[in-house]
Amino acid sequence: MRFAVAEHDAALAEAAGEVLTKQAGAEQIRAGWPGGRTEGVDAVWRTLAGVGVTGALVPENADGVGLGLDENALAPLMEAFGRSGLPVPAAETVAVGAPLLAAAGAPQLPSVLRGSALLTVSLAPDAPVPFAARADLIAVPRGDELRLYSRDEVETEPVDSVDGSRRLARVHAPAGGGLLLAEGPAELAVAYRRGVLATAALLVGLGERMLELTVAHVRERHQFGVPVGSFQAVKHALADVELAVRFARPAVLAAGWAQAAGDPETAVRTSMAKVLASEAARKAARTAIQCHGAMGYTTEYDLHLYAKRAWALAGDWGGPAEHREFIARRLGLGLAGASGIVSEGTGT
Amino acid sequence: MDLTWSPEEEAFRQEAREWLAANVPANPLPSGDTREGFAAHLEWERALFEARWSVVSWPEAYGGRDASLWQWLVFEDEYHRAGAPARVTQNGIFLLAPTVFAFGTQEQQRRILPRMAAAQDLWAQGWSEPGAGSDLAGIRSRAVRDEGAGGWRLTGQKTWTTRGAFCTHLFGLFRTDPEAERHRGLTYFLVPLDAPGVTVRGFERLDGDEGFAEVFLDDVLVSDGDVLGGVGEGWRVAMATTGSERGLTLRSPGRFLHTADRLLDLARAKGPGARRDRDRVVQSWIEAQAYELFTLEQVTSIVEGRQVGAESSLNKLFWSQLDIALHETAAELLGPEAEVDGSWSRGFLFSLAGPIYAGTNEIQRNIVAERLLGLPRR
Ligand SMILES: Cc1cc2nc3c(=O)[nH]c(=O)nc-3n(C[C@H](O)[C@H](O)[C@H](O)COP(=O)(O)OP(=O)(O)OC[C@H]3O[C@@H](n4cnc5c(N)ncnc54)[C@H](O)[C@@H]3O)c2cc1C
Repeated sequence: MRFAVAEHDAALAEAAGEVLTKQAGAEQIRAGWPGGRTEGVDAVWRTLAGVGVTGALVPENADGVGLGLDENALAPLMEAFGRSGLPVPAAETVAVGAPLLAAAGAPQLPSVLRGSALLTVSLAPDAPVPFAARADLIAVPRGDELRLYSRDEVETEPVDSVDGSRRLARVHAPAGGGLLLAEGPAELAVAYRRGVLATAALLVGLGERMLELTVAHVRERHQFGVPVGSFQAVKHALADVELAVRFARPAVLAAGWAQAAGDPETAVRTSMAKVLASEAARKAARTAIQCHGAMGYTTEYDLHLYAKRAWALAGDWGGPAEHREFIARRLGLGLAGASGIVSEGTGT
Repeated sequence: MDLTWSPEEEAFRQEAREWLAANVPANPLPSGDTREGFAAHLEWERALFEARWSVVSWPEAYGGRDASLWQWLVFEDEYHRAGAPARVTQNGIFLLAPTVFAFGTQEQQRRILPRMAAAQDLWAQGWSEPGAGSDLAGIRSRAVRDEGAGGWRLTGQKTWTTRGAFCTHLFGLFRTDPEAERHRGLTYFLVPLDAPGVTVRGFERLDGDEGFAEVFLDDVLVSDGDVLGGVGEGWRVAMATTGSERGLTLRSPGRFLHTADRLLDLARAKGPGARRDRDRVVQSWIEAQAYELFTLEQVTSIVEGRQVGAESSLNKLFWSQLDIALHETAAELLGPEAEVDGSWSRGFLFSLAGPIYAGTNEIQRNIVAERLLGLPRR
């Protein structure tokens, strides 16, 4: 038993974290919103690709560019992305898309790994697809299959969203065409769980970041002649956020381990991680805004950028209610016959 | 990451499981917070000791098995899974013993620990006083040096002493220097409760058990050998081990995992139920798993030599809230049956104490905010 991120898994996250800390601030998140200039964002993404981020889960022999790590490395890496808020399809590309492209021998893989082609993936039928308004490659489900299309093969219809930097679009894919990336419930379930895991880790990183911003704020902001952070109501609210985030994190790491190790409880562990991380990030967002006062309720200040991402991701890849319902069924508490994407696939 | 148990740990688990399966009393014992139940629990704890399961993590010389923190966790898991009785010796074993290991002289260790392990000396915690609960440094009970008698004379009152009426000894803080600053003038004393001048009065807790006691001390003479960790060092000594009380050694995950499993059984027996109820059951179950995962991460830290410190306040907040959630959810499922006296209703009443004892949750939130988050004191 050793519950700690191994050095080689932490190394990539650290390298990415350094790049993100230096190059990806609130300015980049703003640039991801409609009308923003995304060149800067794309440049950071390419730098990260150069460090090996996009190929983290791609086997080493695929084009000689993959890092061949496993899901154990995914959680710390995605936490770093979450903290930065960089508006890129990190979960979609690193956790889900790139490894599938590699397995399918897709000719587009090298450009995805270099960060020159932006790839997004959704496994939720009919839901708006994040980043589809600006992605070059889009993988969406058709029946029991996941298919990859270039952007001119599909019709995209941009959708305004709370977090504008997610660049949602509804995607209409033609009946034929596209490249088959995965098929059947078992394969889709593996891909889905990686997406859930990565999203949960993003949420943990976001939660940590919002807490940090808020702690810094309440130490500086004075009312009644003292820092507002010395008021107990504020302290206790933030202590509860710390509690929620600190208990979500191990659950996310454990889900990563379970996926990598093929643990029989993987599906449940993954859903657990998403429930805890979603709730923690929502609590962090709400409390952060409250503790900032009206300042937190403006778009001039950065906080809203992270909070909106948290709300979006809390519901993406299955919200807490959906994952709890799945666990309920697994624990023998559910109603027979209920189904949803979370429930598909085999146990591991 | 490696979340699998080693063959040694599995073997340890197997040995514990087999012994527990053969020895755990078939019928639940009466509450250890009643006089009759306390006696029954002692019999059980002595059997535990005979088989060397009472203090697995202690050195063999003191009755333990030299078990690692991991093995201790495994044992705790099995203990709760087997439905074994709650430990009435826990305040000695989990709260005093770590202090004796860290600050006791060799003589004290040899005198105190083996008898504690064997459930011969039964220790009560004497921190709180009528005027000093959360503000523990405000205690007024005092100890005055008596050169002639070669010891200390203790006078004052302790209260809310868990099972104080049934225990044989008390550990607590006393003011030895009234002139010194609040935290400075305190000394940690060990007091035999049969000493002349000690009066113990038991009283009822919320759940009706007579498990609390007030302890009155009137010029009680104790020896220099009953000072733990140096005169005037009481606060430092006591605080060095409060982490044990709040953190995982007081409340290992096994206890909550077991309650969560019972909650699942209850929910399954009741049928699918409303989605809202299912949601609550699942959420409580998830949180019990999350507590285990958090402690696995924490134990890894400790084993690798990092300090846990104020993080134990996170444990305390989490397990106390979890315990209430588990029991409130059960009450919801039970409906009108919830008020019937039984393990769920008793567990519910006890869960309400969790946010109060071992430092209230408000105090723990202050610690998290100030020491972990770095927010300003006031
Ligand atoms: C089941 C049980 C077993 C116990 N066993 C023992 C034992 O064996 N030995 C022993 O010594 N004691 C024991 N206690 C006592 C326990 O340690 C105290 O109850 C606890 O420290 C709180 O002190 P108090 O009861 O005086 O509450 P108070 O300190 O009077 O607090 C009352 C309320 O005010 C809040 N409050 C106080 N100060 C602050 C602050 N600074 N900021 C915010 N809120 C604050 C508290 O959180 C609480 O909600 C036990 C208590 C219980 C319930």
